[in-house]
Amino acid sequence: MESFLNAIKTVPLNHYIMLSAIIFSIGVIGVLLRRNAIVIFMSIELMLNAVNLLLTAFSVYRGDASGQVFVFFIMALAAAEVAVGLAIIVMIYRNTNSIDINVLNRLKW
Amino acid sequence: MTTLIILSVLPLVLLYFGLYKANKALLPVTVIGLLVALGFAVAEWNNGAQPIFTGMMLFDNFSVAFSGITIISTLLILLLSKGYFEKISSNVAEYYAIILFALAGIIVMVSFYNMVMLFIGIEIMSVSLYILAGIRKNDFASNEAALKYFLMGAFSTGFLLFGITLIYGATGAFNLEAIRNWVIAHPREIDPLFHTGLLLIIIGMCFKVGAAPFHFWTPDVYEGSPTLITTFMSTVVKTAGFAAFLRLFSACFAQISDFWAPVLVVITVITLFIGNITALYQQSFKRMLAFSSISHAGYLLFAIVALGAASASSVLVYALAYSIASIIAFGALILVQQQSGTDSFDSFNGLGTRNPFLALTLTIAMLSLAGIPLTAGFIGKFFMFTGAVSHYKIWLVIIAVVNAIISIFYYFRVIIAMYFRTGEGNTLTVPAYYTFVLGISALITIVIGIYPDFISNLI
Repeated sequence: MESFLNAIKTVPLNHYIMLSAIIFSIGVIGVLLRRNAIVIFMSIELMLNAVNLLLTAFSVYRGDASGQVFVFFIMALAAAEVAVGLAIIVMIYRNTNSIDINVLNRLKW
Repeated sequence: MTTLIILSVLPLVLLYFGLYKANKALLPVTVIGLLVALGFAVAEWNNGAQPIFTGMMLFDNFSVAFSGITIISTLLILLLSKGYFEKISSNVAEYYAIILFALAGIIVMVSFYNMVMLFIGIEIMSVSLYILAGIRKNDFASNEAALKYFLMGAFSTGFLLFGITLIYGATGAFNLEAIRNWVIAHPREIDPLFHTGLLLIIIGMCFKVGAAPFHFWTPDVYEGSPTLITTFMSTVVKTAGFAAFLRLFSACFAQISDFWAPVLVVITVITLFIGNITALYQQSFKRMLAFSSISHAGYLLFAIVALGAASASSVLVYALAYSIASIIAFGALILVQQQSGTDSFDSFNGLGTRNPFLALTLTIAMLSLAGIPLTAGFIGKFFMFTGAVSHYKIWLVIIAVVNAIISIFYYFRVIIAMYFRTGEGNTLTVPAYYTFVLGISALITIVIGIYPDFISNLI
């Protein structure tokens, strides 16, 4: 375990921050540009996973376990969100036969 | 603490009631359960609260007061729900259970003492609301509202989490006290991690409370959701969002308000203008109320911009006044919508003769929302503006007063439609439950307007 933690620390912390920021930005851009509800959903998961990665890195560098515990909470609640979100998307698909969010224009956007 | 346990167990009990088809017992049990939860919340008043669960939660007076008004608002809304859910589906127990789960999340949100609990509370509430927005499964507007709310809610959670993570990276803690100590120890320097995290948290919270420029989901979601759920979202959820926002900022970031206050001032001004000016052009009463809720978010942001000892009580008064008035407005809308089938302003024509009581309570609600003296809304605005003036933000108050004048135009449109236009349609009967809720709400509005002391000195 100790050697594993040391292996994580061989990469400087700034690199983790940069990597997470880039993944997070890819997620944000995906949400804003893509039109397919499932792909938007995947982009949101990408944002959450960037957060998880960064939390783990901070947690190892600080030798503080609470960051990793938070990762578990994020995973659990993201799973709950996935359950609800996919159910909503299935409901939309049944009514419109499409998961393109451009069909969602009955209400003014 | 007991309040939270009751509100978590009660929905499970209700699900069993649904399983054994005891639909008649649902509403009475919910109401009794909420009253018991309210009683236990009040019993914790002034108990010398200490952080519990290794500093995860703190049930201080702030949390008791906001738990109290969210539970009371939920009670009033649920009383309006008699016979409402039965029209949507035969499985009504789930709806009550999900609303109560959302309320449990809200109690966590107003009593967190650790970023983890803030996140968990927001998520419990939001996930429940995504379901509630889409409960009309075959209605396209409801589907659309659910999907938009879900995508935007999850998106904003991402920002909030990234902000919390960056603050954790800078301070090494999720605990509010530890973060405050870090802020006090590093007063003047700009830490890129910490300050970026702070801005991302502001973005995340502004999404949740529906402040411009992060408001664009609000009108669609409020319009598409079933009206009763919209009532819940625009009153209880908004109150909880602001309580959490205020608790976070007054506990952690009060020392460095020079950094974030200008950002929030800009957001406030944009929110006020967008909310009020767009509301002028709406033809649908429901959509007008959605934009009015955006503009009220702008007024509520005043308390955070002018952070001080009085902020909590001014948010409490304003949120209570706004919630009560909105419950009347949406309750009247449900009745009118049931009779005429539309939610346009025209459907209110001649309500003054069709049902004088409904027209009177709706008039009181509109006066309160517009902030006319002798109503609760005026007292709320008064506290907000006093706080801003004491921080020498005179021009901000001037902008807010201009916006309050703009808002009178669209609130009075309803009153004019009710009393000065003749409408076809028969007399509208108001069920007894509605009479009770609307009457009590109108009474509270006027009592707070005339004698605000009993609530303004609470916290």
